[in-house]
Amino acid sequence: MINHIPIDYYIWLAAALFTIGVLGVLYRRNAIIIFMCIELMLNAVNLVMVAFSSYLNDGAGQVFVFFIMAVAAAEVGVGLAILVLMHRNAKTVDINVLNRLKW
Amino acid sequence: MVGAQLVALLIPLFPLVGFLVVALNVKKVSHSFASTIACGSVLASFILAVIAFAQLAGGTPAIEVTLFRWFSAGGFSATMSFLIDPLSSLMLLIITGVGFLIHVYSVGYMHGDEGYNRFFSYLNLFVFFMLLLVMGANYLVMFIGWEGVGLCSYLLIGFWFKNQPYNDAANKAFIMNRIGDLGMLLGIILIIINFGSIQYAEVLPKATTVDPGTITIITMLLFVGAMGKSAQIPLYTWLPDAMAGPTPVSALIHAATMVTAGVYMVARNNVLYALSPATMELIVVIGLATALFAATIALTQNDIKKVLAYSTVSQLGLMFLALGLGAFTSGIFHMATHAFFKALLFLGAGSVIHAMHHEQDIRRMGGLKKYLPVTYMTFLIGVLAISGIPPFAGFFSKDEILASAFEHNKIVWAVAVIASLLTSFYMFRLLFLTFFGTPRASHDTMHHVHESPKSITFPLIVLAVLSALGGFMGVPEALGGSHWLSGFLAPVFAPSKELIEAHHLSHSTEYMLMAVIVALTLAFIAYAYSRYVSKGHVPAAEGAITNGLQNTLYHKYYIDEIYNAIIVRPLYWISGVFDQVVERLGIDGLVNASGKAVVAGSQSARRLQTGSIGFYIFAMVIGIVVILSVAMLAA
Repeated sequence: MINHIPIDYYIWLAAALFTIGVLGVLYRRNAIIIFMCIELMLNAVNLVMVAFSSYLNDGAGQVFVFFIMAVAAAEVGVGLAILVLMHRNAKTVDINVLNRLKW
Repeated sequence: MVGAQLVALLIPLFPLVGFLVVALNVKKVSHSFASTIACGSVLASFILAVIAFAQLAGGTPAIEVTLFRWFSAGGFSATMSFLIDPLSSLMLLIITGVGFLIHVYSVGYMHGDEGYNRFFSYLNLFVFFMLLLVMGANYLVMFIGWEGVGLCSYLLIGFWFKNQPYNDAANKAFIMNRIGDLGMLLGIILIIINFGSIQYAEVLPKATTVDPGTITIITMLLFVGAMGKSAQIPLYTWLPDAMAGPTPVSALIHAATMVTAGVYMVARNNVLYALSPATMELIVVIGLATALFAATIALTQNDIKKVLAYSTVSQLGLMFLALGLGAFTSGIFHMATHAFFKALLFLGAGSVIHAMHHEQDIRRMGGLKKYLPVTYMTFLIGVLAISGIPPFAGFFSKDEILASAFEHNKIVWAVAVIASLLTSFYMFRLLFLTFFGTPRASHDTMHHVHESPKSITFPLIVLAVLSALGGFMGVPEALGGSHWLSGFLAPVFAPSKELIEAHHLSHSTEYMLMAVIVALTLAFIAYAYSRYVSKGHVPAAEGAITNGLQNTLYHKYYIDEIYNAIIVRPLYWISGVFDQVVERLGIDGLVNASGKAVVAGSQSARRLQTGSIGFYIFAMVIGIVVILSVAMLAA
């Protein structure tokens, strides 16, 4: 059933998702949104992997995706903890305020 | 043989240790400690040199030691190795023996000098390098010694460095030696290229297998090195100036040992030289010209040490003449006797200078005979020896050289005889002006003139004995001797003897030659006596010489001025041009431009470093996109 949709569509969709993620990281200042954009990029990659895995009849890609999702979950845990601390210290989640490492 | 090898290692080690002990504590140790260490180390080396000599005389052909492998590249390897054969053994005896006497002499001569410890450390370092030079079993070790003695010569000429002319003299000696050393180095490199080795034991036996033209180039280049070190025309002008150093230095370095390094080097490579007649002819011409040229200059000099310096140059010329004639044994023989009597003369001159409170001008001496009896007697023996009066040392060695010159070519012989007669004339002129007649020094100075202390007179007496008897190591067959030295050195010169056919003069010809030379010498001495003692002639003061020839001689043929005009000044001019144009406009411009380019570049590049993370990420993304697109287009 899934093979009825050409692979190009998946790739274009994934590329669009990835680009949206990149642009979000580049142009948004809210750390939470940037965070979500990173997740978006990760999932774009996941989508490509699953699609190719299915088309090539190779289970390795799907196994990879599970690993990535597990690692991403852990990353979300750490990332959100950082965001909480950031908000506690700076009373904001605007990344342009957090530029004190700049010389 | 282990014992012999240990001896060979210890000989240069003692002076090195002596140098290190004194030099590293130059400010801390007392004068007596420094001089004891210095004299003791050279004495120890001398004793070991005697042991090594006894072994060689007892039948051991040679002592060879390899200390360690220095470096290797491809098939070529250099080792730090020593060789004691009859030739180097003889040199060892001279260097350590005369060196020890001069060390003892320096104890008295340098007494009270503020650089006393420094002086002795330099002397020990010099002895160490000189021993390396003659003991090296390959060209590279010899070259280390060669450069090392040059360094010590520089340090000791400029010993009283607060006097700028002395520093200039030291620089002159160093730079002139550098010119010669370059030739030497090129010669050694050619040997490496053509023979693939630098060990004497491997190079010399293979000499006949190499193209004669190459051998000629090698020998010429090595001889350029000898010209510099042994003060031959055209590189001799540094030696008279080198008299700026303390007198023991003049005796040790600039008369007895270092300046004879060139003679040693040529004798060591006698096979190579025997294979290239063109170089031999050149050596004859240079040696003869130097002998005559320097002897004529010495006729008019008034500084006691300058006369001896030019005499050294002249005698070195005679030695090279002998080498060029293929009479290697005679050259080495004369080198040995010359080491005795010239060291004696210099030390005697030093004793006079010491007594006269640093007066060196013979026009202000005279009549010192009764004030300095020991110095006078020993100096007289030295003068007789250098003039070639039998049975003093110089007679035998000089006679041998003149005899081989006579076999070779009558004109060469005649010129050599003239040089030798001039030698006896200016030496007796020196003797008479210094010790005879009435005192010309101020009353005040004469009042303080006194015989030198024991440490000065003891070496004088020993050297006087050697100068008187040293010739008996080479009594020719014509006079009923067996020429011990020639037999001792025979193994070293055997390969070249096969290449150079030797004529032998009949004994009657030899007697005649000896008689002619001795009679002429006596006539010249008599003339000197009548001129400087009977008539009491004293050389005219500076500027009062009207005779053109005398003036030319007094100014040493204006050679220094000529060198200044044709070499030094153009060099200064070229340096000036390079300084103003190439250096300032070219090199400085390039350097400054590159600096400015960096500054300007950074000025604009620093704008990229905004500190905004967003911008960095943007740049990163753009970069990745660019790289990926390039990779995809390429695929």
